[in-house]
Amino acid sequence: MMELRFFRDVIIKALLLFVIFNLVLMYFPRDTEKEQISLYNSIVPGRERFPFGEAPQLAYNLSLYDLDAMFAAHQVSARPGNQNELRIFVVGDSSVWGTLLEPKETLSGILNEMKLTCGEQSLQFYNLGYPTISLTKDMMIMQRATRYQPDLIIWLTTLEAFPLDKQLASPLALNNPQRIQPLVEQYQLPLEVTMLEEDIWSRSLWGQRRTYADWIRLQMYGFMWAATGIDQYYGPYEPAAWDLEEDENYYQFAPPTLPNEELLWQALPAALNLKGDVPLWLVNEPIMISAGENSEIRYNYFYPRWAYDQYRRELIQRSAHLGVPLIDAWDWIAPQEFTNSAIHLTPVGERMLAEGLAEEIEASFCP
Amino acid sequence: MTIFEILLLVLVAVLYRFIVSTQWGARGRGWILLILSTVAIFWLQPSMPIRFLDFWLPLGTLAITIYSWLLTAEFDQKRNRENWLAGVVILLLVLFIALTRYLSLEGLITANRPPQTLQVGIGLLIFVIVAILLSWLGKPSTRWLASGIIMLLAIFIILKLPVMSLWVSSMLRTWVGQSSAGASALDIRWLGFSYVAFRLIHALRDRQAGRLPAVTLRDYLNYVIFFPAISAGPIDKLQRFDKDLQKPLQLNGEVFENAFSRLVVGIFKKFAVADTIALIALNSQNAGQIQTNGWGWIMVYAYAYQIFFDFSGYTDIAIGLGQLLGIQLPENFNRPYLKPNLTQFWNNWHMTLTQWFRAYFFNPFTRSLRTHYRNLSPAWVILITQLSTMVLIGLWHGITWNFVLWGAWHGLGLFLQNRYSDWVKQKISWIDQKPIFQKSIQIFNVVLTFHFVALGWVWFALPEVTLSISVFTRLLGLGT
Repeated sequence: MMELRFFRDVIIKALLLFVIFNLVLMYFPRDTEKEQISLYNSIVPGRERFPFGEAPQLAYNLSLYDLDAMFAAHQVSARPGNQNELRIFVVGDSSVWGTLLEPKETLSGILNEMKLTCGEQSLQFYNLGYPTISLTKDMMIMQRATRYQPDLIIWLTTLEAFPLDKQLASPLALNNPQRIQPLVEQYQLPLEVTMLEEDIWSRSLWGQRRTYADWIRLQMYGFMWAATGIDQYYGPYEPAAWDLEEDENYYQFAPPTLPNEELLWQALPAALNLKGDVPLWLVNEPIMISAGENSEIRYNYFYPRWAYDQYRRELIQRSAHLGVPLIDAWDWIAPQEFTNSAIHLTPVGERMLAEGLAEEIEASFCP
Repeated sequence: MTIFEILLLVLVAVLYRFIVSTQWGARGRGWILLILSTVAIFWLQPSMPIRFLDFWLPLGTLAITIYSWLLTAEFDQKRNRENWLAGVVILLLVLFIALTRYLSLEGLITANRPPQTLQVGIGLLIFVIVAILLSWLGKPSTRWLASGIIMLLAIFIILKLPVMSLWVSSMLRTWVGQSSAGASALDIRWLGFSYVAFRLIHALRDRQAGRLPAVTLRDYLNYVIFFPAISAGPIDKLQRFDKDLQKPLQLNGEVFENAFSRLVVGIFKKFAVADTIALIALNSQNAGQIQTNGWGWIMVYAYAYQIFFDFSGYTDIAIGLGQLLGIQLPENFNRPYLKPNLTQFWNNWHMTLTQWFRAYFFNPFTRSLRTHYRNLSPAWVILITQLSTMVLIGLWHGITWNFVLWGAWHGLGLFLQNRYSDWVKQKISWIDQKPIFQKSIQIFNVVLTFHFVALGWVWFALPEVTLSISVFTRLLGLGT
């Protein structure tokens, strides 16, 4: 039987330690430049793409908002094993991340499998895609990624990432206003960022409980990732719509003009600036071009023809003006090589895209 | 149980302790506990896809408990006014729970809205008629007691045999006007039936053997449906439980200390440790996905610790709640993974279950074999009894080949260990003179026993034999 005094002392000491720990968390300045502690890249291998998962127990993966934890779990943050490699970061949406694809079937996975070289130097591709469509989200990732010394950034994008309304709809962007707001201010982006209310309690153990719980789960799922190589649940899916609605509108925009002020074109010069001296390539990613019902009006579920054509013209013009190399891959892939969305490719489709990009890289990137 | 449910039960138990520590409360202790436990079994019963089953199954628990009491009670006990009062209290409580359908469109106490009052009335009428018929029985006869045990085993087989439970699920779905197409063997999840059955069989067998004390219906119900132990044990003995129930309770700081320390440890084990390890523990989903044998071993180790922390955590919570309610439930675990042989492991793992099987199967079966088959060598007797006991323990978890193989794995392990230790004792008697060597052997035995048990979990954790074999081959580096 324990004595009352012993029990009381244990409680007092535990409370004291709890209070001290919380005070440290609340008042200790955080060094965001430092890498976060992680089991990845040490005890378990780094992930080949960012953590994201809507069925964590099946995918051994989860969606979280802590960008530092996401990078710490990614193989990009591992110390480069081979000093003689050129690091190429592939940034974009779910088509880059690889929805319904195994890591080796993604664009980066296939490019790595090709074992491309520039003279003596091998090319190592890193999948920095994240499955939500927003240029602002991509810029946030790009900015955070520059500390890992890229030699080239390939940014795949599409019209769907440009509307202003889309920018903060990505939960990752929405929950990182402290990262988005400086971008908005520096590059005068026409976005209104709602800062999360941060008081002293929100920095305590209680306030940060979601972040810590996510971190623990992320580390635990690292073991399953290492044990199985699985990071996504591949359930049955509905193929992308082939027959389309007789609708000429693109969201609230009616033909004939897509208003440029409603699209975040400012993201292009901003991205060019924030990545410093590192070369940036833009890729207008492949879309499904339907030949079904109403395909004379729309290319696919996302895009009416008039809106997408205007976007393409504008993109070509603006990238040329900025001097950013643009690979216009919009029609590279046959419609049967798309899966559940007009931008998600099958493994065969990814290979076709990778082969096309590999040619461009070998021709233009290698000196 | 969820952490919310546990915390609420702790609060209820503390309030109970305060109330029954008063002079007035002490007089009503048994009644208050009966009301709490009855409401708790309806409240804790999980929701099920078959309509109204979450109401009928707890009522079923009450019915089989009362029927078994009627089978064990003496004639004059059945005529006792207090026992009739207990029956009436139960009826009123069930009726009250049924009437909550008018207070909420969803379940207020039950997981879903209770059935219509007329249906409940008919159900209760059938329940009462059967009870009256049983109450007309005279002195408890061996035949009636045996038929009670057979009935319990029959329900048990229906619930644990996937083919049978699927058939019953289909039938029930049709009965309540649902499509039988969606029927599944997992549809019927009867809260705590396994543990209720153990307690009832213990009471019926002890009555047959003349060891059962006379207890009131109220105390008998309190023993069987005692809510802290309803879902995961431990399995107490009626004689011991009743002694605690009759003891006066006081507000004692020491009891609160012990109870809360068990609760805190239990909640930590279950919700912090076990649930975290569960993310990497072997299961039917990940078993076929393992890529290397090293990670396979980690997943097997994780399962071994997950099941220990989960189960022993629940036991700690049950014991802590029991202490608050004035009942000292028996221990179920005593560092089982640190034991140097399989016999000691089973003496310290789910102790109340092994004690139950020892008392009601292993010992009587051993005696029977020795009496009826005198020519059988001791080794054969040990093999047959240990193997059959462990296979039965396996079957208690579910009637599948994997549980049979898990039981056989341990039965054979116990037999081999028994034979080996007899043989080795004679060979290495000199070891007593060399403490360092003795210690090393001890450590080796602990590691060996743990690995034997951990590998046994591969049968237990997975639903199919082929899947278990593929994991074994992977662990041995033979799989592709």
